[in-house]
Amino acid sequence: MRRQLGARIALVAVVIAVSIWYLYPPAKTINLGLDLQGGIHLVLGVDVDKAIEAQVERAGDTAKAELEKRGIGVTRVERRGTSELVLQLGSPQSWDAAVKTTDEVLATFDRKEADQAAGRMVLALKASEAKHIRDLAVRQGLETIRNRIDQFGVAEPSIQQQGENRILVQLPGVQDPARAKALIGKTALLEFKLVDERTDAETALRTGPPPGTEVLYQRRVDKQTREEKKVPFLVQKKAAITGRDVTTARVSIDQNTSEPYVSVDFNASGARAFAEVTDVNVGKRLAIVLDGNVHSAPQIRERIPSGRAQITGGFSTDEATDLAIVLRAGALPAPVQVLEERTVGPSLGADSIRQGMVAIFASTALVFLFMLIYYRLSGLIADVALGLNLLLLMATMAGFHATLTLPGIAGIALTIGMAVDTNILIFERIREELRGGKTVRGAIDAGFSRAFKTVIDTHVTVLVSGLILFQFGTGPVKGFAVTLMIGIAVSLFTAVFFTRLLFDLIYMGQRKRETLSI
Amino acid sequence: MIELFRDSNFDFIGRRRWAYVISILFILAGLGSMVAKGGLRYGIDFSGGTLIQVRFEKAVSVDRIRHALETVQMGESVIQEFGDTREYLLRLPLAALSSEEVTRRTQEALSKDPELGKHEVRRVEFVGPQVGKDLQVQAIYAVLWSMAGILAYIAIRFDLMGGLASVAAIVHDVLICLSAMSLTNREMSLAILAALLTIIGYSVNDTIVAYDRVRENRAKKRRGETFATQINNAINQTLSRTVLTALTVFFSTAVLYFFGGKVLEDMAFVLTIGVVTGTFSTIYIAGSLIVDWSNWRERWVAKRKKAVAKA
Repeated sequence: MRRQLGARIALVAVVIAVSIWYLYPPAKTINLGLDLQGGIHLVLGVDVDKAIEAQVERAGDTAKAELEKRGIGVTRVERRGTSELVLQLGSPQSWDAAVKTTDEVLATFDRKEADQAAGRMVLALKASEAKHIRDLAVRQGLETIRNRIDQFGVAEPSIQQQGENRILVQLPGVQDPARAKALIGKTALLEFKLVDERTDAETALRTGPPPGTEVLYQRRVDKQTREEKKVPFLVQKKAAITGRDVTTARVSIDQNTSEPYVSVDFNASGARAFAEVTDVNVGKRLAIVLDGNVHSAPQIRERIPSGRAQITGGFSTDEATDLAIVLRAGALPAPVQVLEERTVGPSLGADSIRQGMVAIFASTALVFLFMLIYYRLSGLIADVALGLNLLLLMATMAGFHATLTLPGIAGIALTIGMAVDTNILIFERIREELRGGKTVRGAIDAGFSRAFKTVIDTHVTVLVSGLILFQFGTGPVKGFAVTLMIGIAVSLFTAVFFTRLLFDLIYMGQRKRETLSI
Repeated sequence: MIELFRDSNFDFIGRRRWAYVISILFILAGLGSMVAKGGLRYGIDFSGGTLIQVRFEKAVSVDRIRHALETVQMGESVIQEFGDTREYLLRLPLAALSSEEVTRRTQEALSKDPELGKHEVRRVEFVGPQVGKDLQVQAIYAVLWSMAGILAYIAIRFDLMGGLASVAAIVHDVLICLSAMSLTNREMSLAILAALLTIIGYSVNDTIVAYDRVRENRAKKRRGETFATQINNAINQTLSRTVLTALTVFFSTAVLYFFGGKVLEDMAFVLTIGVVTGTFSTIYIAGSLIVDWSNWRERWVAKRKKAVAKA
């Protein structure tokens, strides 16, 4: 090994050069975690069952329409549980025709129960289809959220699927977390529903809404008292038009009230549907419903052929802007729920960086001094190796695009203490060999080679817990595991290979040397 | 040359009973405080809930904040000073409300009270009930897996007995850390778990160094040396490196504790305790357990032999 000095120096030089190349400039190459630069970390749970329910209901509607078209009387088509449809025929005579029709229309369902005598069947959504809907809901949800965030304007957002039905959203440096969260979490299901004028909403509340209708509320906030009032509306359950057909949405200001509103444009089929509905329902009211809340219920004065609608409802400019964004990006296929949130303000992040830097600095200084005093020249060698360790640690993080978090800083401070452990093991062994009567060169050789096995042992155990921590941890804690593992792995190179090289360089050619500064 | 221990010859193994007593007393005190406090305190990472870190523009009192929060009534909230009297942690239990709503209402309540002045929300953490439960389960698995990993490694590298004794020493260290946490009123969080896992991996290091030495010595075993003496010698021979390596790590964790900021304080505390107890358990526990175990086995074998002879 001693003979290959040139090659070893070259290797170290290359490693240092590559490290600096990866690391330069540090401000850009080191990826700061949300806890250091401030930002939002959100874990959203997609309510995939809701997506399945919606799909099953739609399939039920289609089947009912098809059965009726073929002249098969149906008294009832209903969803039962999450993924089943209960179908009640008008008479058992049409059983065979109904079976044939449902086989065609509801191909993604299995017939679970069949009671021919009663003319009743239960159809269950196939498991593979349910899985498909679930996956699709998560994927579409992810895309929709990505769209919204892109339109909102966040630098370097990260949106990924986590597990089966969770979405992890990370937004660095967002100034108004509440607004961002509202924007992401809104389902934004836009529906236009005809108001049922036959029954008074109050009466419907007492007696229960008539079949095919439901009671939805409009929330009105009194500008002076800030008190909230809920006004009930009786509307038809089935939406006349939905937000699916929206092509674009933008904010405009009402000339009279100078309040912002959102105007929505529909595509051709949406415009046609809009024209048809407004044509036959002149004089009635059309409720504009967003996520189950009535925003307004203007009266249809005439047929509207243009396919353009206005959503008013006392918005602030921010609210109107965000509504336009979510309508453009489209509705989430299923509602989402915040399962976990970690938001750090920029000022706290800056404080953390400052304190973390102080800790790393103080820890380095203390360990540096200790090694120098205790092991003298050999201690200095270990200190140089420690410096190289820090450089390689940061460069590896930059190279792997790993994220530095606050616990990660703790990991670096800890690495400083642990990296010199390897040198202590070696140095103590060398001292022992010297006491045993070995020559300087012999003691160095024996010290390095005998300590090596132990060094490997100690590295393995720390790496084992580091790996498990990495597997398990979330965001910041993962950062801790990453810095710790990299630091420990790198110390094999710096504290063994590099230190040995320095020893060889210093003590080579001094065959007669009798003392070692250790 | 500075040397901490030169040719040390302490009778660690002989005094192991004292070490056992000290450890057991400390752990009992910790367990007692856990029982008295109704179990280990879980932070929101595991229990779920909302944590809000607020900084006021001037010093305010806990009572004032509590009074302001009472107007919104969001259940039993814990208000804790964080660093100085301008900064506080508010912990709100899980509620039917969404996290946005909890944060919004809290901020509104704080803004309404003119005596509190202006404030800045510096951190919001919300963990839902499902995530908290998931994390609890995962945490237990993480601890068990890392112990299993280390047991397997030492069993392969040395022997099963050494592995079991190391794991016993690790369990000891974890219990000491948990006791220290309970005694100082600290909460179990993800960062603390990270610290515990690190300690699990780290504290076994010195034990390995000592075991390695035992094996090396066994090759040149002198006549009439008992197993206990062998182990005691190995511990003494590796004593300086055991203490020195722990010392440098102790420097780092102590610095973190004092300068690393309030957010890292608990994690640094557990790391520091862990380094100290890890050293203690290497010197007093890991080797002692092997000695006791082999003594017990010898006695048992002798008894069997006697019984066989009698028959």
